[in-house]
Amino acid sequence: MSMRTPLKTIRYLGSAKDGTSHFWQQRLTAVANVPLVIGFVILVIMLSGATHAEFVATAGSPLGAVFLIAAVLSVTWHMRLGMQVVIEDYIHSEGLKIVLILGNTFFTAAIALVSVFSILKLSFGG
Amino acid sequence: MVQLTLPKNSQMKQGKTWDKPTGSNLREFRIYRWNPDGDGNPQVDTYHVDMDDCGPMVLDALIWIKSNIDPTLTFRRSCREGICGSCAMNIDGTNTLACTKGMEEIDGDVKIYPLPHLPVVKDLVPDLTNFYAQHRSIEPWLKTTTPSPEKEWKQSEADREKLDGLYECILCACCSTSCPSYWWNGDRYLGPAVLLQSYRWLIDSRDEATGERLDDLEDPFRLYRCHTIMNCAQACPKGLNPAKAIAEIKKMMVERRV
Repeated sequence: MSMRTPLKTIRYLGSAKDGTSHFWQQRLTAVANVPLVIGFVILVIMLSGATHAEFVATAGSPLGAVFLIAAVLSVTWHMRLGMQVVIEDYIHSEGLKIVLILGNTFFTAAIALVSVFSILKLSFGG
Repeated sequence: MVQLTLPKNSQMKQGKTWDKPTGSNLREFRIYRWNPDGDGNPQVDTYHVDMDDCGPMVLDALIWIKSNIDPTLTFRRSCREGICGSCAMNIDGTNTLACTKGMEEIDGDVKIYPLPHLPVVKDLVPDLTNFYAQHRSIEPWLKTTTPSPEKEWKQSEADREKLDGLYECILCACCSTSCPSYWWNGDRYLGPAVLLQSYRWLIDSRDEATGERLDDLEDPFRLYRCHTIMNCAQACPKGLNPAKAIAEIKKMMVERRV
């Protein structure tokens, strides 16, 4: 049985004085994702049935590549923030929580890096 | 991990069916029972209430059962008019006050459980220690640095109106214990009731500690575990909207940054 007072338990380690930046970034990327994801879907529909050369010409064009990189960065950042919230909600073992939060960041970074590299390769050839 | 199943000693069992009273207009009640004296699991007992001899509210039926069938049935009650918050419990699947919940509003058997996801003291009495400590932690009183005026702290009518929809909260805990986020992280997330109370002081034109109050709330768990699930607004027996108050706090957090 704990001999700590209820107030001591509730105050715990005090306020982290943070959380708003996470909240704000989640909203910012959510707003950005609306036009970016709609544009991405339109692009996929437009390019369905295209030849490889036509695909490279559109996706690798300056406008196409910049748009795709923006979509990848916004979506992956939003994904990382959202998954972090899910982990914090449901995982209560401190050790496992830290491992999953690190893994979430590394996984997101890997997805973003591979995607951006692929788009740049389309754009700059090679 | 979040515990999604009950531990073995908390799993509910079929309880006793008490003898039916005389009378032709009987209604069936299925009520959660648990006694801390002993090793027994919680059980659901079945009672029948003579509706011709009982008032219209669920609390009337509980008092009728305690008086006429089973004096060991344990529950909190005081004002019987929705102002003290003592008789908060889960009735027909929703957290509400037994004294303001009419039995006519319920179809079929009346199922009564204690408020969810709190330790049970006995039967329908939950342990609200944590909840009250959270309320204490937000320092729910007027905080000022300016020396007190000779008479009262003045407030315009418009500023006073901002407290409407907030001051009515009776701290019954119906909202907080209906919130899944509070179930999973109730040790660190303050929950809808306490955050509504906090906003009541944040928005008070006389309070001079707004910044400090926001500092104390700015935390991924204390405030930002609210995911706008809205169970709180649906459950509140006073018709208040804690989710809106929490959204207003988040707006204040952003406002002081941009």
